[in-house]
Amino acid sequence: MATIQPIAGELEPHPDVALVAQVRAGDVSAYDTLVRKYERQIFRIAQHITQNREDAEDVMQDAFLKAYEKLEQFQGNSKFYTWLVRIAVNESLMRLRKRRTGKMVSIDEDVETEEGSVPRDLADWAPDPEQNYTQSELHEILEKTIKGLPPGFKVVFELRDVQGLSTEDTAEALGLSIPAVKSRLLRARLQLRERLSRYFRRKKGAEK
Amino acid sequence: MTCTEFLALLDDLIDESVTTQMRADLQQHLQGCSHCEVTLSTTRKTIEIYRSHEIYDLPAGLRERLHAAIMARCKKGC
Repeated sequence: MATIQPIAGELEPHPDVALVAQVRAGDVSAYDTLVRKYERQIFRIAQHITQNREDAEDVMQDAFLKAYEKLEQFQGNSKFYTWLVRIAVNESLMRLRKRRTGKMVSIDEDVETEEGSVPRDLADWAPDPEQNYTQSELHEILEKTIKGLPPGFKVVFELRDVQGLSTEDTAEALGLSIPAVKSRLLRARLQLRERLSRYFRRKKGAEK
Repeated sequence: MTCTEFLALLDDLIDESVTTQMRADLQQHLQGCSHCEVTLSTTRKTIEIYRSHEIYDLPAGLRERLHAAIMARCKKGC
């Protein structure tokens, strides 16, 4: 008789499931484990959206506190981390609206931009181009470059490419459709590439 | 395959979600198109650089403040 093979990954429950159950049972130290696991990622998302260190600190704190308080409402049909990201994104947007005195800020507005959609800078990069800069110079370049992108692009790039989330989880965390995530990711990648080319392109006359 | 068609599949190629046939078509285009080859290699490098450099460090003391806030909330009723 034919059997239905479980999809890979479905057999083993995600390790967060047990931690969430422990927290619900009153073990606050299990929540500390979740905080330590995700604090850096949540802070980076908040920083990408708010562009302000103080706001990002407040958002991170508020997001973890809110998630803790609302843990009973967490259904478990999504992953804990995608649920947490959604809270952090909403907190970040609220913070941004306050700063911009109520102006609507949204992660799902599609930004029509031609930049990067057709690669213009077609010069090859130097081998290991980051070696030409000090750590602090490189840090500044990377920060400055990503800062110029629309918030929705930055967060999609952060979740998909830096944190390694799947397209589906990214879509769920941001409340976007899968095609919207894919379209933003392509444009984010191409825009970042185009902007980094200014710094990393092979210098004329340099040996190949 | 044109450069525009190649670009539309760039993400799928980077994310390795292309079929064998599609990969062969993309490879064939790459062999004759240095522009797309540069676009592919530098886009890959862009991702790699951002992945390996943490641009926003967690501020010192933030974890402790968060822990204290959670404990305070917990004492009030958890």
